[in-house]
Amino acid sequence: MLDALQRLGATALGVAERMGRGHLFLLHVLGGFPALLPRFGMVVKQMYSVGVLSLVIIAVSGLFVGMVLGLQGYNTLVDFGATESLGVMVALSLVRELGPVVAGLLFAGRAGSALTAEIGLMKATEQLSAMEMMAVDPLHRVVAPRFLAGILSMPLLAAIFSALGVVGGYFVAVGLLGVDDGAFWSQMQAKVDLHEDVFNGVIKSVVFGFVVTWIAVFEGYDTVPTSEGVSRATTNTVVHGSLAVLGLDFVLTALMFGK
Amino acid sequence: MMHSRTVQIWVGLFVIAGLAALLMLSMKVSNISTFTETEGYEVTAHFENIGGLKVRSPVTMAGVVVGRVANIGFDKESYEAVVTLNIQNEYDNIPADTSASIFTAGLLGEQYIGLEAGGAEEVLTAGSELELTQSAIVLEQIIGQFLVSQADKE
Repeated sequence: MLDALQRLGATALGVAERMGRGHLFLLHVLGGFPALLPRFGMVVKQMYSVGVLSLVIIAVSGLFVGMVLGLQGYNTLVDFGATESLGVMVALSLVRELGPVVAGLLFAGRAGSALTAEIGLMKATEQLSAMEMMAVDPLHRVVAPRFLAGILSMPLLAAIFSALGVVGGYFVAVGLLGVDDGAFWSQMQAKVDLHEDVFNGVIKSVVFGFVVTWIAVFEGYDTVPTSEGVSRATTNTVVHGSLAVLGLDFVLTALMFGK
Repeated sequence: MMHSRTVQIWVGLFVIAGLAALLMLSMKVSNISTFTETEGYEVTAHFENIGGLKVRSPVTMAGVVVGRVANIGFDKESYEAVVTLNIQNEYDNIPADTSASIFTAGLLGEQYIGLEAGGAEEVLTAGSELELTQSAIVLEQIIGQFLVSQADKE
């Protein structure tokens, strides 16, 4: 009985301690951002591995998610003779929810895991300690550019996802199912609001990018420096990153769209 | 590691693609013109029942959108709805005796205001009131009337 209580207490303390370390880590990394501006090339290099290399999976997923939305939405709407609203349905679901969320999940899987493994291996092979020996702060030199690259890339990836999704929905609706071309776009333009829908979607993707990258670099930096520890940290990044995206999406949706 | 020039070109392309996607979402998917509210003048109209009319519902003339509903209020004395219409400045020759009716787009679609031009010489200006109005058709009322008339027959 007392043992169980002790274990519970130890777990809770461990979680609280890790949270505290995570926030201190975040503050320290954010402190390194101003020094990045004159050396933006480091961020560009990271945006290549975080953003550009994620582009293919984001683009293909976006296109197919849009096409499936078009097909399934048509089946429901055709019963009510409201197939002209297909564009509204596809655009709203992509811009508000699916774009930021699915792009966030893919981002955690594709870019987050790579970041964790890279930083974790640097720690396991004591490259980070070597930097400290040379009076180079690894949080500023290694973590900060990756973090900033993640925050900058995620909204762009989410926008590409949504835009290609709309194009995919358009191909299926107009090309395959024979929905009227003009009605598809004009209904969409009438119902989708720039501020309400598009901007809020962008805000969501910025928040997801921040949280997923934070989890990824922290898991990598905080890893147990063994091969098993790195593999567990990589798994943690994907699992916790995805859960964070889904949980935060509910909170943000309730704040933005729940009156 | 790839040549740093190649990396930079790819990142440049990535940023352009991302910004282009954002631009497409704001221009093509949402309507950017609703963001920059066009200048217009406001006229009011009293309706017995506005049904499901909402602020920002379109105001049309011959099917063309000429303005938007700016505000919906309630007149405490006549127990009627007061609807303020914002009509774009370019439509400045609408006759003063124009009538306004509330229509429904399609059977179950959104409601909008349709204007029908009158024949008066003077035109609508800011603050004018539309005297001739026709309320929204409430489906439940019509069904109710139909049921009553059927019951009377038997």
